[in-house]
Amino acid sequence: MSRLAMCAAALAAVLVSGCATPAATRPDAPRGDAAPARSGADAAALEALYWERQQAARSGYTEADVAFMTGMIGHHAQALVMSRLAPTHGASPAVQRLAARIINAQNDEIESMQRWLRVRGLPVPVPHVEGLTLTVTMEPPPGADRGAMGHEGMDHAGMDHGGMDHGGMDHGGMDHTAMPGMLTQAQLQELDRARGDAFDRLFLRYMIQHHGGAVTMADALFATDGAAQDGDAFKLASDINVDQQTEIARMELMLQAITP
Amino acid sequence: MRLSLRAPWALPLALALAVAACAPTAPMSDGPPVVMQRTMPLPSPTPAPTTRVGLGAGLFDAEEAVWNLRKLSSTAPPEAFVGVTNSDLAFQGNYVFQGNYNGVMVWDLSDPAAPELVTEYVCPASQSDVSVYGNLMFVSGEGLGGRLDCGTEGVQDRISPDRLRGIRIFDISDVRNPEYVANVQTCRGSHTHSLLKDPDDDANVYIYISGSAPVRPAEELAGCSGAAPSEDPETALFRIEVIRVPLANPAAAAIVSSPRIFDNLAAPPSHGLAPADQAEIDQARADGKFVVYFFGQDRILPDAFVRQFLDQLVTERGGSGEPTAADSTLLRERLPELLAARFGQPDAAERTGPDQCHDITLYPALGLAGGACEGYGLLLDISDPARPRRLDAVADSNFAYWHSATFNNDGSKVLFTDEWGGGGQPKCRATDPMEWGANAIFTLVNGKMDFASYYKMPAAQTTEENCVAHNGSLIPIPGRDVMVQAWYQGGISVFDWTDARNPVEIAFHDRGPVSADEFQMGGSWSVYWYNGHIVSSEIARGLDVFELAPSGHLSQNEIDAANSVRLVRLNAQGQPQYEWPATFALARAYADQLERSRGLSMERLTAIRSALAAAEGLSGSARQSALRALAAEVSGEAAASRDAAKAQMLADAVRMLAAS
Repeated sequence: MSRLAMCAAALAAVLVSGCATPAATRPDAPRGDAAPARSGADAAALEALYWERQQAARSGYTEADVAFMTGMIGHHAQALVMSRLAPTHGASPAVQRLAARIINAQNDEIESMQRWLRVRGLPVPVPHVEGLTLTVTMEPPPGADRGAMGHEGMDHAGMDHGGMDHGGMDHGGMDHTAMPGMLTQAQLQELDRARGDAFDRLFLRYMIQHHGGAVTMADALFATDGAAQDGDAFKLASDINVDQQTEIARMELMLQAITP
Repeated sequence: MRLSLRAPWALPLALALAVAACAPTAPMSDGPPVVMQRTMPLPSPTPAPTTRVGLGAGLFDAEEAVWNLRKLSSTAPPEAFVGVTNSDLAFQGNYVFQGNYNGVMVWDLSDPAAPELVTEYVCPASQSDVSVYGNLMFVSGEGLGGRLDCGTEGVQDRISPDRLRGIRIFDISDVRNPEYVANVQTCRGSHTHSLLKDPDDDANVYIYISGSAPVRPAEELAGCSGAAPSEDPETALFRIEVIRVPLANPAAAAIVSSPRIFDNLAAPPSHGLAPADQAEIDQARADGKFVVYFFGQDRILPDAFVRQFLDQLVTERGGSGEPTAADSTLLRERLPELLAARFGQPDAAERTGPDQCHDITLYPALGLAGGACEGYGLLLDISDPARPRRLDAVADSNFAYWHSATFNNDGSKVLFTDEWGGGGQPKCRATDPMEWGANAIFTLVNGKMDFASYYKMPAAQTTEENCVAHNGSLIPIPGRDVMVQAWYQGGISVFDWTDARNPVEIAFHDRGPVSADEFQMGGSWSVYWYNGHIVSSEIARGLDVFELAPSGHLSQNEIDAANSVRLVRLNAQGQPQYEWPATFALARAYADQLERSRGLSMERLTAIRSALAAAEGLSGSARQSALRALAAEVSGEAAASRDAAKAQMLADAVRMLAAS
């Protein structure tokens, strides 16, 4: 993928041209009217401006933002693989509830990240979970030739993961294991073999590791010039960062409680 | 930790559906505010109707449902702010200060049916959380694009002298022309802030900064460190920041302390391995396997990794084929470095407990604060404003992210919200449990918090509607704990939590999603009661103003008594203690509550109401005598009432009226 133009200022440019001084009060600005006093034409013009800005806001992103979203979808999907084991592996009620929350939360965040990519006309990773096997297919951007992009499974050719190393890894099941915190297929199998208390302990340990990786990825994004200037990207990455740190702390307490 | 689950939410809905079919429509009459001796019983409370499910979408023309509220106005943002997130609200005099990621708007609410926009101040920064005190206005900046000069072009560089993350301070002596007078920069920026006016200090106000965003580099702001406390005792993690603002010289505002209110909350995470795990690792070492200390403990390196690393080493020395024993020895030496290169420095595993608060609600009249801090709700003693001290902490397995706190008026309860998913996710679908993304209500006894119940806005929302518990405030209904709260696109919900174990919704307003086809952020960010009005900051739609309408849940007398409370200003994160002036409405409100609780017989209540009406028709000493006699009478029968406390409140209200 060619490097995208950094255009975080696009939104700003649309908003208020040349307004770099604090005292930006505009006495001539239009006054809000009480509905339904606002005329239909006014409301329509304002609504058109609203959608124009939504569209403009979508051009202010960098390659690092795209790489974060693209990678984090696969990263989150592995948490789904792990969490779906809980009900059938004798997990305690507390771990089962934790797993259910993770499934709910990370499914929603995957959808948010997919939406972020889709509305920007970018390729969208679609994770598929089958037992311990996670595959990621690419939904082509609107208007793209599906034949060129719709490859199944492992082949991410033509898609830049923003510096994530896909070389030299075990490509047996999936190739996202190079991302921080990702479990190897062997670790997933180890988790799958565990039951009851042993499953709880291993699940918590591995999920702490996994979440820790997401935090590392978000930190890396924030440490990149120009990244996370996009409001949606900043919010998504901040929320993931803080939610997962919070959950790590909770899991550490849970782990202590069940560690003899 | 609390592990009990309430009934799934489908059950209450089924009940609501069953009852709604035969429930009368909510009374909406404008009836005369001063009544009259009531002989007819108050209308019975009815459950919330289901009219808010499946509302049609639209930006400014979405379908709406309203119950037990009257909407007075909806006002779209001006052109400079439309399409950019509207955030929190503050109030002073007749003015409403509305934050927006693009700056601040000021509305004159003198005519609540037609709020007048008096100021548009463009100065971008998320989240533009806003507070106001006298001639000063404070605005939070957290995002990476906020500029010191209020410019709209953002800040591209990771390290830049132009970036503002912290608090902006404005002089609003002329509210139509705010003057930007100072900044206080902080390491994590200010996601939200809370303004504290210490009753014992008239020279300063204090700002508690909450920030959950990443710590910025020391190269940008000297002294900032995001390291673990073990590595850097001065880390910006694990603390909040307190700014003192001298009212006479706001430009001298500065951080005065960074209290570490989280210390020793969580036990250290580097607990030992389980004996079985340790035995397994010892065995692996004995077998010559690769054991590595990683993510806080010894781990056996899976074979697949060993193989990849060995192959990598073979390739690096320009060889081919199977790795040799020398490669294996080299791998043992280089393993930590190779792992670090692949996974980064796993510092996250070393963090303990929460490292920031999302929001802190200060209740100076009680010297208490409720800190909503990642995985914990904290109760703080703030009698020394610069040195808050932790009294208690609670965690809850159903709570993802402690977001904000609200005390009831007498401080015997505190309610925490769980902003599960950060506010951008649809967490009120039929499939989302009622305990998740909800409020948790605690009783407060001797500085300890006891869990009582959860409350969640009870109507299913679509996947196009972000919905989770968010900001709200108490409505000063005397003798009851009633709160109005924003639920993003779940709308606004008014609920009674007088009975901490059984919170009940008593009014709502809701809109359909912004768009039927695609998810768009929207809904009520904040909704607060202010001097008789319920004012909501709608993320996409602008400013909504409501007032309470009487119903079986709330009488006109109770609404009138609430509206007798006047505030000079409101910063909801600095909670005011409500005090009710002596009014006939106040006495009648208590009488209505005694009717509802059957604390006094209908016959007695009718007599009391008649006596109040008669006294109101008198003046001077005749009124005084009549009211004194009534107060004595009610006081005498209070002890025998099944609602003795309320009967005594009625007696006290009448006595106060006699003295007024």
